[in-house]
Amino acid sequence: MSDTYEPMKYVKIWGILLLLLAASIIGPMFERPTVTLITAFGIALVKASLVATYFMHLNVEKRYIRYMLYAMLLMIGLLFAGTAPDVMQASGLRWQNHAVQELIEEHATHEGNQSRIP
Amino acid sequence: MEHSVPIATRRRATGIPTGRLAVWWLLGSEVVLFGGLIVSYLLRRLLYEHWSDSAVHTNTVAGATNTVVLLTSSLFVVLAHHAAEHRKTQQAFWYLWLTIGGGLTFLVIKGFEWGREIAHGYTLTTNLFWSFYYTATGLHTFHVVAGLLIMAIVSLEVRRARNLHHVELIGIYWHFVDVVWIFLFPLLYIAK
Repeated sequence: MSDTYEPMKYVKIWGILLLLLAASIIGPMFERPTVTLITAFGIALVKASLVATYFMHLNVEKRYIRYMLYAMLLMIGLLFAGTAPDVMQASGLRWQNHAVQELIEEHATHEGNQSRIP
Repeated sequence: MEHSVPIATRRRATGIPTGRLAVWWLLGSEVVLFGGLIVSYLLRRLLYEHWSDSAVHTNTVAGATNTVVLLTSSLFVVLAHHAAEHRKTQQAFWYLWLTIGGGLTFLVIKGFEWGREIAHGYTLTTNLFWSFYYTATGLHTFHVVAGLLIMAIVSLEVRRARNLHHVELIGIYWHFVDVVWIFLFPLLYIAK
């Protein structure tokens, strides 16, 4: 593929990536979960898309490559959506996961202890 | 007709060179591999709040340094690609070795990190957080090592001005290794 940019463009993108990294490190220092979420994970998404677009040349690649990657992300989303109701809770409408409940209680009463593998 | 050039280099049935298509398909499979691991971690991290007691022991400075190292190595490999595109084989060769240098630096820092954590008693079987930590970073490190080996082989080809398109292919793979770390870093080092 001859669709490469001039070297300075790559250096500028690299500079932006480093600035975004600095922002993601500074964000948690405000000790607000929302700010941490945005600066840590939001910035990670921006950085990843910058690398994909400009370093991997995804913006000049055939469109179906992007569609293929979106399909893979969809699969991950399905994994999350399909398992989250069971895995992210200790109990449901007609079930309880006693092992998980005990583990959470154990760590709630003994803060900082890491006694066993759940 | 160049009988020494593999046919796959020139086949474009799908509109892009077959080698590049193969790398993208490989990356697609890696997306679900690392994505699945990260999602599995996220699901449990949101449930087990006490994991923050373990997460506090990861070394953010080492993680941030490794992020800088990998981002810089990504820059070097894309500059290698640009040089290869313009048939500047010597330049491409040195940029590839700068990238390899970045990868080796990453491995050294990771080694020190793991050594320190293991010395403090945080191992693969300490608890589920550390199991995820070592599995995710270990799998990523394995991909780094594989990438470095392939990059070294490609650099030898480049020095002989052969198969210059391989620089782009290993470059795409290396950028993916970088993207995975871009997500692992906030997950394991920032979100404490």
